[in-house]
Amino acid sequence: MLNSSLKQLSALLAAKKVSSVELTREFLRRVKVLNQEYNAFITINEEMSLDQARTADTMIASGVACPLTGIPIAHKDIFCTKGWLTTCGSKMLSSFISPYDAHVIERFNLTGTVNIGKTNMDEFAMGSSNETSFYGPVKNPWDITTVPGGSSGGSACAVAARMVPAATGTDTGGSIRQPAALCGVSGIKPTYGLVSRYGMIAFASSLDQGGPIAKSAADLALMLNVMVGFDARDSTSLLRDQEDYARDLEKPLEGLRIGLPKEYFAEGISEDVSRVVDAAIVEYNKLGAKIVEVSLPNTKLSIPVYYVLAPAEASSNLSRFDGVRYGHRALEYADLNDMYQKSRTQGFGAEVKRRILIGTYVLSHGYYDAYYIKAQKLRRLIAQDFAEVFKQCEIIMGPTSPTVAFALGEKSSDPLQMYLSDTYTAAASLAGLPGMSIPAGFGNGNRPVGLHIIGNYFSEAQMLNVAHQYQQVMDWHTQMPDITKA
Amino acid sequence: MSLVLEDVKRVANLARIELSDEEARTTLDQLTGIFCLIEQMQAVNTSTIVPMSHAQDVVQRLRTDVVTEVDQHELFQSLAPQVEAGLYLVPKVIE
Repeated sequence: MLNSSLKQLSALLAAKKVSSVELTREFLRRVKVLNQEYNAFITINEEMSLDQARTADTMIASGVACPLTGIPIAHKDIFCTKGWLTTCGSKMLSSFISPYDAHVIERFNLTGTVNIGKTNMDEFAMGSSNETSFYGPVKNPWDITTVPGGSSGGSACAVAARMVPAATGTDTGGSIRQPAALCGVSGIKPTYGLVSRYGMIAFASSLDQGGPIAKSAADLALMLNVMVGFDARDSTSLLRDQEDYARDLEKPLEGLRIGLPKEYFAEGISEDVSRVVDAAIVEYNKLGAKIVEVSLPNTKLSIPVYYVLAPAEASSNLSRFDGVRYGHRALEYADLNDMYQKSRTQGFGAEVKRRILIGTYVLSHGYYDAYYIKAQKLRRLIAQDFAEVFKQCEIIMGPTSPTVAFALGEKSSDPLQMYLSDTYTAAASLAGLPGMSIPAGFGNGNRPVGLHIIGNYFSEAQMLNVAHQYQQVMDWHTQMPDITKA
Repeated sequence: MSLVLEDVKRVANLARIELSDEEARTTLDQLTGIFCLIEQMQAVNTSTIVPMSHAQDVVQRLRTDVVTEVDQHELFQSLAPQVEAGLYLVPKVIE
């Protein structure tokens, strides 16, 4: 059951071999035991989960089940869930019980999945290691002295440790893909605009996208089928015909052109990661794909551009946290301005404050043109680079992360070092392109390595096909860490 | 562009975040490093490039001007630090 696919679990439920209540109880039991070690979950609410499971069982009995009805899913604590604590990994929202459901959560509720719990994350989604959370770091189940990646570290860890069959995450500069890579699971960030951001606590509005983390591309497809859809309450939500993201999984890859940007294989990538990614490319060659060398000349600029635009947008988005209407309010203050200052200073952690300061600076008078507008111009160049490359190939590949999981505490005192972890993932976010990471092997210390797959706008079905075909001939994605506790 | 302590303090004030002198100095060091990275942007000529704020070429949707929301202020205000008679309470601003 731990390694069952979503389709297999659905079949078990349909055949009445197991009920949603039984499935939920079993995963909850596992969560409770393992969470003490991994800290992947911030909130568990057994009664609310079982209530949902009972509703799901009724749906199944009435013959109105959907593909994911009755299946326990974990949700990153960035999604507002009505009646549940929704903290965003921050002291600022440590008492915030959401009065409404995010659109994504509404879609999962309609389909009848079970919310197994809210997962730990870097505070306000700012981080690449899940070390900035107010609730403490998450441990990588492959090696508990290392980070799971971030900001969706809790979700990636929960899936890797088989605490849950699948989970939701969000990705702004790599926050689904990088933790998926470091934890040896699959994750996809869809094209910007496909998944509604309503009720998804905002970090950088022009970059944030919700997406699934699961054990395989086939499972990601089923999750995307639930998550994607127009929502009038998100002004950036795209109105498009409904797609079945699983429709092309079985297509052969003969004739597929895979672009390898030379900038992704130059300096910065560690030898063990390079070796694994090279081996994955060889497999793709065997599957019939043609490898093309391409160039994304502005790759190096993705990090400076990202670290101007994302903090700028964050400084604007986080200005709503002022202690007036919700969230942390300081107990003592001299006047209104002092109330704002003390509430924000006490409520936000160091990394969040740092990014707000960067953002405020680049948006301030005298610097706006040199930094913010400049970054937006470079953003267009980065997007144009991809457009050029997609004339030469259908899919771009490379490493998701320059290294395997690093030790807890290793980069947390040097923000710049941490930012460089996003080198490969940030560019796709800036261009709004879909990006995915799938397990491709192991590097030093038996730590997972992820293969990064970037597709053109709205090519998720093809990307999932490309990943699925690899997962038919290689079994990295079926491997789980050695956990004897539960 | 090198930052000085005054920049950090000015920006912290704009962002309504308090920094002690020591915190301001540490922040200055970290921000200096980050801004060194950001300076790499200046090496590229972008004089003819139009800024890109959004990946998709879309326009703001319009809708009919009718009321669609329901009054949920009691539910929303149940989360507030201090409310009275439907109002959020904050320190007095006008003497």
